[in-house]
Amino acid sequence: MAQVLEIRWHGRGGQGAKTAAILLGEAAASVGKYIQAFPEYGPERMGAPVLAFNRISDEPVRVHCHVANPRIVVVLDPTLIGKNDVTSGVPEDGVYLVNTNLTPAEMRAKLKVKGGKVYTVDATQISIDTIGRAIPNTPMMGALIRATGLMTLEEFIADTRHKLEMKFRSKPEVIEGNIKAIERAYQEVQSE
Amino acid sequence: MSKRVAITGNEAVAQAMRQINPDVVAAYPITPQTEIVQIFSTFVADGDVDTEFVTVESEHSAMSATIGASAAGARAMTATSSQGLALMWEMLYIAAGLRLPIVAPVVNRALSAPINIHCDHSDTMGARDSGWIQLYSENAQEAYDNLIQAVRIAEHADVQLPVMVCMDGFIVSHGMENAELLDDDMVRSFIGQRTPKHSLLDVDRPATFGALDFADWYFEHRRQLAEAQTHVKGVVLDVAKEFAKVSGRSYDLFEAYRLDDAELAVVVLNSAAGTAKEVVDDLRDKGMKAGLLKIRLFRPFPHEEIVAALAGKKAIAVLDRADGLSTMGGPVFVDVRSAMYDAPGPKMVNYIYGLGGRDIDTEQIAGVYWDLARIAETGKVTSPVTYLGVRE
Repeated sequence: MAQVLEIRWHGRGGQGAKTAAILLGEAAASVGKYIQAFPEYGPERMGAPVLAFNRISDEPVRVHCHVANPRIVVVLDPTLIGKNDVTSGVPEDGVYLVNTNLTPAEMRAKLKVKGGKVYTVDATQISIDTIGRAIPNTPMMGALIRATGLMTLEEFIADTRHKLEMKFRSKPEVIEGNIKAIERAYQEVQSE
Repeated sequence: MSKRVAITGNEAVAQAMRQINPDVVAAYPITPQTEIVQIFSTFVADGDVDTEFVTVESEHSAMSATIGASAAGARAMTATSSQGLALMWEMLYIAAGLRLPIVAPVVNRALSAPINIHCDHSDTMGARDSGWIQLYSENAQEAYDNLIQAVRIAEHADVQLPVMVCMDGFIVSHGMENAELLDDDMVRSFIGQRTPKHSLLDVDRPATFGALDFADWYFEHRRQLAEAQTHVKGVVLDVAKEFAKVSGRSYDLFEAYRLDDAELAVVVLNSAAGTAKEVVDDLRDKGMKAGLLKIRLFRPFPHEEIVAALAGKKAIAVLDRADGLSTMGGPVFVDVRSAMYDAPGPKMVNYIYGLGGRDIDTEQIAGVYWDLARIAETGKVTSPVTYLGVRE
């Protein structure tokens, strides 16, 4: 099987897990990658736990089953940890990226994982500072780009700016806020 | 030229509809199809298409309006899923019986009850004997390509039949993946204009549509409908050949994946075929002679070609994402096994999988191949029909 990077996003309805997976997929496609981006469709409700997935590869992605063993887990809402098994199916050397004000070492203890890598960033605070409300998905993408090296920050921002411009034509402040959030999270993310 | 984009199945199909620029679209929303018509309606509102867009009060009306438009000489389309297709029921047969070249994407979704919005093939499998041509699509690319080719197939003078283009609900319709879209001009020149031989609005050559047809002529007209089906596969192949010239992408009646020298074969359609290809590659690396046949044209059923491709295999598993409830397996199995009756006999088994969106993964499909290996070795079938991935 071709090398496929599999990512699982954990969030709550309304936090933008699906949008993040789609924006990441589009950005990866814009630099020539083959991608999949899809949420797990349940009865969506604001605040209920939701999952979204990415597959990213240099070869066409043919499988159409769920992502069972993600190499990377992104947690948009740390209150899910303990309630949902965010470590389920993740390999020993898996990578965790969590939106939290805890340090990576503190988060590692909370996740109860030994190997791999743990990244943390306070994406909620960053989004409040830059966008004006708690919407952690775009800063988490900035942190993810740093953690994975999937593409350069410049490539990612170029594609995301284009997408945001199409969606928020009449609200330029939203676009600038999101771009700032991505840049700040890229700088502030920590790991161990 | 083509450009590769990140796109969902529904978006790709809506883009194909924009490029086809039908004269009339009549549709009613139903998950997971809704997005197709919702996106298309923005093309109408923005003036990107010349389509007369009819918002109707039910799918029965959607198909009825599409039939009326098509009989009037228009290039007419609709789109639906599941209960919506079920509500179109009596009109589906009329579309085919009147020989109207309607093209309709159908996003496969389970039928109630229990109510479920996710993928299986119960909806279109139930319509398999309505006279519609059915093309099945593994991914967004195939759904897009099939829809464009469907226009040419439906309107071909030797065919004149409606075409359903099927893709898996949510898995493909809402999942984002890569696809290459053609330029608008390429699509428009590929499909050309519809030139019906007879139409309601052709006042110089008046014709009657849907007239009463008793024991005197009904049988002859149904016989002609059956005759038209025999022309379909040749036209599907001709259109595919022309499509390959403009797109660089090849299509056939089915895709034979590492099948030539295979001893163990799986037959499947739609999105699970992609998952199965990964399994085939993996098992080939382990030394198993595994192969796959992915059906594209299911109606009419290209039985001669399928038999030729499967003859001589040791064991075959047909995967059905719909249950026939006959206690002898799903609809694809019944057809494939019937077609294989006169061929030198591989053992054949059926797996019903994925009902109501239940996931099917590589491990389960690999398990099917290992079952086939055992059957080939022992010559014994212990379970002709197996429910795969269900709690019992």
